[in-house]
Amino acid sequence: MHIHVNGKALDVAAATLAALLHELEYEDCAVATALNRNFVRRRDRGKTPLKEGDAVEILAPRQGG
Amino acid sequence: MAADLAADSIADLGGDRLTLYGAEFSSRLLAGTAQYPSPAILSRAIVAAKAEIVTVSLRRESGGGRAGERFWALIRDLGVRVLPNTAGCRSVREAVTTAQMAREVFDTPWVKLEVIGEEDSLQPDVFGLVEAASILTREGFQVFPYTTEDLVAAEKLLGAGCEVLMPWGSPIGSGRGLNNPYGLKSLRAHFPNVPLIIDAGIGAPSHAAAAMELGFDAVLTNTAIAKAGDPVIMARAFALAVEAGRIGYRADLMQARDMAAPSTPVIGRAFSDLARA
Repeated sequence: MHIHVNGKALDVAAATLAALLHELEYEDCAVATALNRNFVRRRDRGKTPLKEGDAVEILAPRQGG
Repeated sequence: MAADLAADSIADLGGDRLTLYGAEFSSRLLAGTAQYPSPAILSRAIVAAKAEIVTVSLRRESGGGRAGERFWALIRDLGVRVLPNTAGCRSVREAVTTAQMAREVFDTPWVKLEVIGEEDSLQPDVFGLVEAASILTREGFQVFPYTTEDLVAAEKLLGAGCEVLMPWGSPIGSGRGLNNPYGLKSLRAHFPNVPLIIDAGIGAPSHAAAAMELGFDAVLTNTAIAKAGDPVIMARAFALAVEAGRIGYRADLMQARDMAAPSTPVIGRAFSDLARA
């Protein structure tokens, strides 16, 4: 399935957002997720299916002003 | 006796706390965490600044990297409170989604809300800001809106549920200090009981002291410390400047005058009864 993760086109096997985080090795990281610009809570990732063309954001803590 | 009185007055300063959404702080200097030469220097600068609140952000993590994890661990080790921002967001939706994501990662209802409306000045879009603040306060966020000195925008942000305002001193990263002291004084005068934090544009410790002397409750600065030749020493300079400005404000500054007024008594001056030679 072709999706976009953090702006990059990827071919992934994951069927859910939780599975995607596992596939991309973010599983135990302090990250937040959004699907098609909507926030998806950590507890909802497992029940959030992915479909062709979806845009996923995976954000992590970073320095800020 | 005089020494005792002075000691009593100075001891009273110890009870001077900054209160933000019910939380109390001793330090009135908030520090950004970006642009430091290294994580070690960042840590030392935050300690030198005596900052109890630091700003952080969320960004895309690249390729399973752990940079975010390491940064977050460093901040947690400092024992400070974090104020996540929505830096760079240019729409209400972006800002709201970013705030929601930050709340989960940083486990705080606080958010420094930025909705940028203009590229060159990074000026806040106050219309979008009010809309986003309304949404977020309804969702239980405690919003710190990055705004201008505009009185009407300030009123609407308070109406939207904000209990703190963060007016700019001048454009982000410009180091120009307080661009509009008159407007900032008006803001302070209109909202005497609202915590007002000067955010953005501070370039020197003297700018921070000036903001505090105007009666602002705190100052947030990032670039001025991080980009200094020695960020750790500059952090210390800012801590002193903010403290001096605050104490000066509380001591009630004299009013400026247009004309000179001699400070040494005129009466009794020698030769005062003689014509000028």
